[in-house]
Amino acid sequence: MINKIVSTIAEALEDLNDGATVMIGGFGPAGLPAELIDALIAQGAKDLTIVNNNAGNGETGLAALLKARRVRKIICSFPRQVDSQVFDALYRAGDIELELVPQGNLAERIRAAGAGIGGFFTPTAYGTDLAKGKETRIINGRGYVLELPIHADFALIKAERGDRWGNLAYRKTARNFAPIMATAAKCTIVQVHEIVELGALDPETIVTPGIFVKRVVRIARSAAASAAGSQAA
Amino acid sequence: MNKLNRDQMAARVARDIPEGAVVNLGIGLPTLVANHLPKDREILLHSENGVLGMGPAPVAGEEDYDLINAGKQPVTLLRGGSFFHHADSFGMMRGGHLDFCVLGAFQVSACGDLANWHTGAPDAIPAVGGAMDLAIGAKQVFVMMEHLTKQGESKIVEHCSYPVTGVGCVNRIYTDLAVIDVTSEGLRVQEIVEGLSFDELVKMSGVPMRRAQVKAYA
Repeated sequence: MINKIVSTIAEALEDLNDGATVMIGGFGPAGLPAELIDALIAQGAKDLTIVNNNAGNGETGLAALLKARRVRKIICSFPRQVDSQVFDALYRAGDIELELVPQGNLAERIRAAGAGIGGFFTPTAYGTDLAKGKETRIINGRGYVLELPIHADFALIKAERGDRWGNLAYRKTARNFAPIMATAAKCTIVQVHEIVELGALDPETIVTPGIFVKRVVRIARSAAASAAGSQAA
Repeated sequence: MNKLNRDQMAARVARDIPEGAVVNLGIGLPTLVANHLPKDREILLHSENGVLGMGPAPVAGEEDYDLINAGKQPVTLLRGGSFFHHADSFGMMRGGHLDFCVLGAFQVSACGDLANWHTGAPDAIPAVGGAMDLAIGAKQVFVMMEHLTKQGESKIVEHCSYPVTGVGCVNRIYTDLAVIDVTSEGLRVQEIVEGLSFDELVKMSGVPMRRAQVKAYA
């Protein structure tokens, strides 16, 4: 019997190793797997490369992981925010490496990794500082930049509902990066608000098929919602 | 002269968005355009974090932090709206499916280069977000900005001194003084506020401009 459900969040993260590349879903508070991040801090893995749209807000979640000095490098589109003081301090001190990627290139590089694409030419960032040193090509009169896939060892994401095969459905804009990150990592770990019986998810509305998921752990909504609330504040 | 305020600028941009258009409004000044879209037109707002058919802010107490816009504020979904993941969302831009995007800017050059992501200051922490994707990702790119900086320098320039966000990507500029099209023959002034002459506008801007049948900008 296939059963991807693990009973504790600690068990879900047991083999996350030092030096791993970890994708973390979420855009602002929406879809941020707050409990998985807290568990990652407790687990202790270090020297990580993190892929997320941002670089942490306030003092909790991703910011707390950074503050614990577990992150060697971050790949993101928008690190600087009004409450990104933890990242800002590490960056200014030269204690964290930043790879800044336009948001759509970030998404497509993740998608490319999951889809087995070796690279792609995109018009985004052509002629800008973020394309410096990259291969370019003129195709049908338009300038394009070669971008390479971003693969990960682990993806930590949040979904609304999942089953024991790892099929997932999301809620509203909390979907954001999760479906593509699930495809791009060797081991995708999902926190869901609700675990349902096999067959309960309408096959027409499963967004992430279980093939992309290794582990599912249930985190009650109340805890996750309050974490989202504090992130948003 | 009758300089336009931010809401008047937003109302003027909104008048140029036609029935049936799909539009992305950038963070900041462009967000105001949503308040002025004509009620008798069906216009779809796109938000790059995965929403098509975005509605206004929810009433107090009904915020849902799973339903936010690109500025991470709670929004609502119109009937018929949809959700999708980030790669699809940016595919909508890059693939040429969006009709318009409206962006703020530090500078726009005479050939339509846009600078709006980074001041280039050596101690600034860079952040780009979706700015570069949006710059190249709509059939028509509108810029909304004050004509002059606080120091009185023109934000319409011969060449951008700030790092560019996109090359030759801007189609039309709405400032508090004028509406200016970026054409293959250079900048072409369409509308000017009352009390400002074409010659004064060109002198103030410091870049060559041509004029169409200039209309009153209000």
